Amino acid sequence: MYNPTVARLTYRALLGRRRALILFALPALLIVIAVAVRAFTGVDDKVAADLLGGFALATMVPLIGVIAGTGAIGPEIDDGSIVYLLSKPVKRPTIIMTKLIVAIAVTMAFSAIPTLIAGFILNGNGQQIAVAYTVAALVASIAYSALFLLLGTVSRHAVVFGLVYALIWESLFGSLVSGAKTLSVQQWALSLAEKVAGAGYVDASVGLPTAAVLLAVVTVGATVYAGQKLRRLTLAGEE
Amino acid sequence: MTFIDIDHTSRWFGNVVAVNDVSMRIGPGVTGLLGPNGAGKSTLINMMGGFLAPSTGTVTLDGAPIWQNEQVYKQIGVVPEREAMYDFLTGREFVVANAELHGLDDAAAQRALATVEMEYAQDRKISTYSKGMRQRVKMASALVHDPSVLLLDEPFNGMDPRQRMQLMDLLRRMGDSGRTVLFSSHILEEVEQLASHIEVVVAGRHAASGDFRKIRRLMTDRPHRYLVRSSDDRALAAALIADPSTAGIEVDHKEGALRIQAVDFGRFTELLPRVARDHGIRLLTVSPSDESLESVFSYLVAA
Repeated sequence: MYNPTVARLTYRALLGRRRALILFALPALLIVIAVAVRAFTGVDDKVAADLLGGFALATMVPLIGVIAGTGAIGPEIDDGSIVYLLSKPVKRPTIIMTKLIVAIAVTMAFSAIPTLIAGFILNGNGQQIAVAYTVAALVASIAYSALFLLLGTVSRHAVVFGLVYALIWESLFGSLVSGAKTLSVQQWALSLAEKVAGAGYVDASVGLPTAAVLLAVVTVGATVYAGQKLRRLTLAGEE
Repeated sequence: MTFIDIDHTSRWFGNVVAVNDVSMRIGPGVTGLLGPNGAGKSTLINMMGGFLAPSTGTVTLDGAPIWQNEQVYKQIGVVPEREAMYDFLTGREFVVANAELHGLDDAAAQRALATVEMEYAQDRKISTYSKGMRQRVKMASALVHDPSVLLLDEPFNGMDPRQRMQLMDLLRRMGDSGRTVLFSSHILEEVEQLASHIEVVVAGRHAASGDFRKIRRLMTDRPHRYLVRSSDDRALAAALIADPSTAGIEVDHKEGALRIQAVDFGRFTELLPRVARDHGIRLLTVSPSDESLESVFSYLVAA
């Protein structure tokens, strides 16, 4: 279910594109903010939790997930170069699985690691806050990658839909409509962070069992569906 | 000996019928798929390449359906028309990746690069390649696994004459060695130079099938129409109608021109300037009025 050649091509495509700059810019921004906050307010567990929850997990992780998830397949389908992968005796679900693994790895690397570093800068992992949000970022990376990889497979406007989901659904509706919170990758990840961090610092609106089930269903479902979509993918000519 | 069979196959996109009840068998040797732009050539090739499902009918490789069957790619090599490749790779990296996806090693990639004579530029990024170089690297990627079937969509587009000749030689060699080579083109001369067998599609229909002599005859024997303006239209008309290569001449008063219908194309094109010179008439306009490919092809369909 993993093809090293597909993985290599996907890594190079993801990191070689101009869009990849955002992959570096967002974590850099997080670190800069963390350094600034630490310098101005000193060690404050509450502030650390707010910054990691409000910016790292709520904004940075989904954005990086959008870039890595859609970018792992979308551009290839758009410009037609995916034909070089499809015209090979390689099972299409293997192509999807491989791209998912690459997208997860990239999202984790560019979101979880900076979250951990920022957490240590902010309060030296007091109340386990840095580790809690890092775990959340790792878990969220998996679900976001699967979701956005599917989006990249089915839509030419994957990035737009991805941003709409990440920023409008999760951030805006999530804070206004409580029901929307149940269907939010961010909340699922938070439910795990809640268990890791000291009491009162992380507040998830979904219980861990529910979150775990939803997370697994979404990740597996999206991946299976993307595999089927790729099997049925048609490449129209230029006529 | 590998055959692709298209059996009563249609493909439509919404209300548009791109391929209409086509049946053909593509076998060893070089076959040219000829037709004007928009005739359904790419749709046919995409179905043969497994990138499009037929709406009705079947497309099979030695009896096995091609759609959703990635095992066929052990035997099929595809050279797509679209330009997009992995531009951030070098030519060699690209062909090596294609070889690996077939479970082959670098040696296969190197052989394919040698076949298309791209070794000299193999370490340059594809983004720096000319159109002809891209085309050759695409060829190499399709040849790495030594396929018994090669499908090429408009392979000569954008190639200069020398590259065109090289590619033709290569395809001819592949056809001679018993491989099934199918390429599409909208240019008769291209197909005629290369293909031993020609399939013509027009407006989604299978219009003609046969060797190039038969197709050529169908295409040149049709009446040609010309619009001619000269310093003395009536004198010219009188002189031309005497020759059996013209079937009719109309003096178009409004246009101030002659409308000539020629039946023997070759003879008429020689006759016209000679007659004009002999009679001291100056030719001001000579324009073929139905030379568009579409009219040539639609004549074929009617034939």
